[in-house]
Amino acid sequence: MRERHIVGASVPRKEGWDKVTGAARYVDDMVLPGMLYGATVRSNIARGKIGKICFDPSIAWNQFVLVTAKDIPGKNCISLILDDQPCLAAETVNHPEEPILLLAHADCRMLRKAVDAVSIEYEPLPPVHTMEESERQSTIIWGTDNAFKSYLIEKGDVDTVWKEAAHIVEGEYFTGAQEQLYIENNGVIAAFDPENGVTVWGSLQCPYYVHKALMALCGLPEDKIRVVQMETGGAFGGKEEYPSMIAGHAALLSIKSRRPVKIVYDRMEDMVATTKRHPSRTCHRTAVSKDGKILGGEIEFTIDGGAYATLSSVVLSRGTIHAGGPYYWPSVRIRAKAVATNTPPHGAFRGFGAPQSLFAMERHMDLIAQVVGISPVEVRRRNFLKPGQTTTTEQTIREDLDLDHLLDRALELSDYAAKKARFAEENRNGMRKKGMGIAAFLHGAGFTGSGERYLNSLVGVEAEADGGVRVLVSSAEFGQGTNTVLCQIAAEALELPYEDVAIARPDTTVVPNSGPTVASRTAMVVGTLVQSAAKGIKQTLMKTGLLGDDYTPEQFRASCGEFIRTHGALKSYARYEAPGDVYWDDEKYRGEAYAAFAWAVYVAEVSVDLTTYAVTVDDFVALQEVGKVLHPVLAEGQITGGVAQAIGFALYEKVVWQNGRMINNQMTNYIMPSSADLPPIRVFFEQLGNVHGAHGAKGIGELPMDGPAPAIVNAVEDAIGVRFRSIPLLPEDLFEALQPVPPKQQGPSSTRGTT
Amino acid sequence: MNPSPGTGAKCQLLFTVNGEARKVLAHPMERLLDVLRNDLALSGTKEGCGEGECGSCSVLLDGMLVNSCLVPVAQATGASIVTIEGMSAHALMIPLQEAFLACGGAQCGICTPGMILAAAHLLEKTPEPAPADIREGLAGNLCRCTGYQQIFEAVAMAARRKVRK
Ligand code: FES
Ligand code: FES
Repeated sequence: MRERHIVGASVPRKEGWDKVTGAARYVDDMVLPGMLYGATVRSNIARGKIGKICFDPSIAWNQFVLVTAKDIPGKNCISLILDDQPCLAAETVNHPEEPILLLAHADCRMLRKAVDAVSIEYEPLPPVHTMEESERQSTIIWGTDNAFKSYLIEKGDVDTVWKEAAHIVEGEYFTGAQEQLYIENNGVIAAFDPENGVTVWGSLQCPYYVHKALMALCGLPEDKIRVVQMETGGAFGGKEEYPSMIAGHAALLSIKSRRPVKIVYDRMEDMVATTKRHPSRTCHRTAVSKDGKILGGEIEFTIDGGAYATLSSVVLSRGTIHAGGPYYWPSVRIRAKAVATNTPPHGAFRGFGAPQSLFAMERHMDLIAQVVGISPVEVRRRNFLKPGQTTTTEQTIREDLDLDHLLDRALELSDYAAKKARFAEENRNGMRKKGMGIAAFLHGAGFTGSGERYLNSLVGVEAEADGGVRVLVSSAEFGQGTNTVLCQIAAEALELPYEDVAIARPDTTVVPNSGPTVASRTAMVVGTLVQSAAKGIKQTLMKTGLLGDDYTPEQFRASCGEFIRTHGALKSYARYEAPGDVYWDDEKYRGEAYAAFAWAVYVAEVSVDLTTYAVTVDDFVALQEVGKVLHPVLAEGQITGGVAQAIGFALYEKVVWQNGRMINNQMTNYIMPSSADLPPIRVFFEQLGNVHGAHGAKGIGELPMDGPAPAIVNAVEDAIGVRFRSIPLLPEDLFEALQPVPPKQQGPSSTRGTT
Repeated sequence: MNPSPGTGAKCQLLFTVNGEARKVLAHPMERLLDVLRNDLALSGTKEGCGEGECGSCSVLLDGMLVNSCLVPVAQATGASIVTIEGMSAHALMIPLQEAFLACGGAQCGICTPGMILAAAHLLEKTPEPAPADIREGLAGNLCRCTGYQQIFEAVAMAARRKVRK
């Protein structure tokens, strides 16, 4: 009788009106009385001992607040997984642009000159700039062996498969660093007073990560640190760990000056100093039967973590688990390692290791097809995971997975067969060659393995006297639609109109710790908790006799008012409970890696212009199975946005390194796709039915980052027959590869990839 | 950290902002973007890159779409400036804002004020834009969230509604 199904409808974005009128408040829009502006003096060498610090006497230093490591009241570290990264380098620096000294002044215009007027002497130490150098261990820059973390997955007995193999296919694949390039740079304001401690307002994804880091850094108890998330202008993982650093800096300046301090990076500082996607190298050696079935294989996956551990171990974990793709491996050995180099730490970026290892897997599938002599379509079909089979971590596929069906649909929607035939014909002539490429892939939703159990997330829902309902979570909105989707779920659970439900601004004094806003976990994990907390409100009202089974929104409001007048407050909490039957072995890396996987098949159509060496994507089909789509417009926006970023990853975005420092740290020379560079991105959702999450929703945010790069490079190979194994793939790479002289580093075996 | 505008003396500058005459005391080389945001508290105009690449700082200067991070405030003397805050009365605004909401044209929202100004500017010149006109008209505004498609849809929807009215 009531209109149901708020979930599944494209309701207006909760904070949408503020965004389209310019009223939304980002951190740089906030000004506090008496506020100072902070800036950071950073290292200009990759590795060395810090010597004398000199201050140019032309600057009136007495007008500035100065902070060094000596001023840190607590522990000099950015507390995350390992506490190895200092907040301010004290004796040694381990990467270019490492923070050493902080300055603050009431006039932000005075800062640039002052930063330049600080000169620091160093006693240089030999730096390490490549993964290979790091692995050789001739210079140790981190721990005892330069390795932040390694994993080994072993399934079956891979050593016995080589002799039965009709083909042994080897390939090596590389992906480059990628800048998140949220349009709003990193920024925070911190205000300290002895009574209340430190309050931070910032552009960030994970309020409780910052909270934890500030407790350690400032040596203050839990209740003396408050973190508030402001409207956040994009994040994509780039505001997962770095906000703890910049918040720490602003807090230290505020503690010293007793004034509020704002630090907002400009674009150049944000690009040169903050995290990027981990560069990677993946080596595949695969035993394949005569008819193209994978018998087993070895995969070595290595990522460059930069100078400190930060999140590399978890990025590596996700990349490792996704390395086998959506295929059945009777046996496999995956060795993975995150190594240290003297570059700013690499960090979280949408996809979190999976885009790297899946690029390799999906390029390698095309190589296997060629070696065996079957089509890229057929090789995938013959190896797809099926219900009842197990993944590389021996997780059994229990859902109704039908990858053949997804592949068929994607081929049909992209008109694959007809186009492929036509291009083969047309490519004989002319300087514009066309090709089609496929990628099939999966993305696990939520934290890996036992991660969700450790997070132990807590979610609240609160009703007010006027019957308004507020969702209380630390999950942050940064464009992906957290506010909207969680309100939809609560409204549906309470049988209320969407407009009656609001969401609290993430503020650690108001919202409980529902975990970080990462890993495509918000809709599935947090959403489920919101649903049960909301139901708790309803049950409370029903059990106290204030509400009947069937009620109108008016009756709900009246009963809330009555309950609150009698009992004071009406809140309900729900805590994550690990499903009892989930098995995960952290040592052996075996078991149920994720509560659910999303599945996808993407098809790219490209043109390669042999006069300009430019690759353009002409059409893009993104077909995925993500369980229930909670909000079709937002879901489509996640996919188109992710595909666009992944097209950048494949074809445009190249970080140029010099001695461990990014030297193209501007939007003018680091090129992200503009509206003129993108094809129509055609998005389709299929539903196979799934048991997890609120209303059966799986994660969606990261998935679209995984598939486009391999689909595009596969299409380039289809167009011009050159086997590229690295991204980004820029016109200069095509130019070089297409020169008449054969490239020198051709692999020794005929089945190896070439540059 | 904003670039330092030089240490020259401040001077008094006059211009019209969102229909109102305004007087500011500023260094002539200061960026119009900073004067709008800091001196006039119009924070709807955003900074993304500070070098004319992203269009988040778009404003209308005597009817022209400009990147306010590239305009020294002295250059705006005597001009009429319109920011997102001043667009509320504009006939295109409601259709554009509603269409951005309906189509998913704003995700994180940081590019949105600039995008909406660029879209309004486009629709003024070209009330019935073809898809290629929209693509080109917005090519100076970068968005990292949406992949642009839903923004294009929003502009097309706003144009249709406006024309029908
Ligand atoms: S801030 Fe002006 S164009 Fe980017
Ligand atoms: S909506 Fe985030 S940059 Fe456009």
